[in-house]
Amino acid sequence: MSLSEEASLQQAKTPARTRLDALPTQRRFSIDDLFETSSTIFAAIIILIIAVTSVLLIRGSIPVLQGFKTGFFTGTNWISVAGSESYGVLPYVLGTLVTSAIAVVVGVPLSLGIAIFLAEMAPWSVRNALSRVIELLAAVPSIIYGFWGLFVFRLWIRDYLEGPISSYVGAFPVFQGTPFGLDILTAGLILAIMIIPTVSSISKDVMMAVPSSQREAAYSIGATRWEVVRTGVLGYARSGIFGAIILGLGRAVGETMAVTMVIGNASGPAALPTSLFKQGATMASVIANEFSEAEPGSLHLSALIGIGLTLFLFALVINVFAQLMVWKVLKVRGGSVE
Amino acid sequence: MLPLASILFEVLGKGLPAISLSFLTKPTGSITDPSSGIGNAIEGTLILIGVTCLIAVPIGLFAGIYLAEFGENKLGRAIRFLNDVLAEFPSIVIGILAFSVVVIAIGHFSAIAGAVALSIIMLPIVTRTTEESIKLVPSSIRDASMALGIRRWRTSLSIVLVTAKDGVITGIMLSIARISGETAPLLLTVLGSGFFFSGLDQPIDALPLRIFTDYKNSNYPSALAQGWGAALVLITLVLGLNLGVRLLTRGRSSFARARA
Repeated sequence: MSLSEEASLQQAKTPARTRLDALPTQRRFSIDDLFETSSTIFAAIIILIIAVTSVLLIRGSIPVLQGFKTGFFTGTNWISVAGSESYGVLPYVLGTLVTSAIAVVVGVPLSLGIAIFLAEMAPWSVRNALSRVIELLAAVPSIIYGFWGLFVFRLWIRDYLEGPISSYVGAFPVFQGTPFGLDILTAGLILAIMIIPTVSSISKDVMMAVPSSQREAAYSIGATRWEVVRTGVLGYARSGIFGAIILGLGRAVGETMAVTMVIGNASGPAALPTSLFKQGATMASVIANEFSEAEPGSLHLSALIGIGLTLFLFALVINVFAQLMVWKVLKVRGGSVE
Repeated sequence: MLPLASILFEVLGKGLPAISLSFLTKPTGSITDPSSGIGNAIEGTLILIGVTCLIAVPIGLFAGIYLAEFGENKLGRAIRFLNDVLAEFPSIVIGILAFSVVVIAIGHFSAIAGAVALSIIMLPIVTRTTEESIKLVPSSIRDASMALGIRRWRTSLSIVLVTAKDGVITGIMLSIARISGETAPLLLTVLGSGFFFSGLDQPIDALPLRIFTDYKNSNYPSALAQGWGAALVLITLVLGLNLGVRLLTRGRSSFARARA
């Protein structure tokens, strides 16, 4: 107890100058203090988890970083045979970036279309039903997307998309290779399907948080419906929508199972994403494929944890950025969503 | 909408023929055995869900109470922010974390390591939904309790939390749906097995892992059929939980749910 509190206690004991705000401190220790302290400790576990994750990932990847220095990030070889080991993550980093870019390029326009429809045009009943379907789509486990992607979606892509593209413009470098369906394009498209629920439902919430005075102002100066949406709504909510897109990107970067099952799992230089019709690999898919084969304490395991560290850094930057953008709109400006 | 319809159609069409009583109760054993089942995988998923809830729910509840009741300061804002960041972490990175902590400590893959990984995925969801539900409780209820002289911890636990229980339970159910489909962290922690449960420190099977193993062996027709069957059971569990919760809680904000 501090000196000033002691002083106010003394004051509280003199009957002439009783002060209400001094009363709670008369009890030196109460269950309430214990309650506050213990719930603080539980909440602090969240900070602890993130701290421990960073420390363990860095510690685990020290051997491979010492062995290959910056070559670990710029190298393209991936050989785990004892004696001639060589690890470089560049093909996998590029694989992650290319598949996520496809997901964003394909998925975001669709998601924004859905969000605009739901927030601005759909009647109440349609909005409710469609929102529920989108939430279910978000709930489907990624392993099921993978199974479906491998045995159903891949065949659609191969027969109706890659086949025609290959026979007409197969000479372009990005379309080179046999259209087999197990490739970077399929992985990117399945990621696009998987980020649509995230991006569209958050964008919808952000758009619905835009005050109606914005729309009324636009209508009152003679704007058409599209102009109202574009200037009044999208303009106002743009940082939140941008955050939703980045959040979708974060999901795409970290998505593991569905991608592992459709990307074809190339290794080393062969995984460099030079063509959309090539087998590839992402950071997450390499970890999923090789982790249980790596010996504890080996350089191979350290290299896989090194990939984990790289993925962690990507995800951390993307998510911190996205959360800041979404918070700005939902929690400060809007408030009507909650 | 097309993907959801197609997924449901294919999983139902290809999974339904595999389902039978012995399929749901027998252990997997060897891949080529046509009479094998996924009983051990169903059991494993249920055990993992149970242990995960035991770890994550108490922590999540208290963390949510902290954020709602005491969280309007720098520490509270930091925790709230990190909680949202943790919720979006790639699950495979969480798998590496659980591997480095639990698997290395025990020396081999185990059910408890998987439960730890799943708890870290579940925790931020429970924390956020608890906080949001508590904040929806009208302050008049809290004021009334305080005016009766009930102490703060009693107010918080027996009055406010009980009033907010619908939202809290919704959050827990949705997070169970989320973790029961997680595969990547389990791959790094529990490994999978063809047999029934033999202790928390031993490898265990789970539905998503069974599907992944069947995918790896998909040139065996029996494994493929088993994979579709397991996919049907898993999707029924996950979508059933989701639909059930949403029917019970019509008309709430979709913000927490969409991000759960």
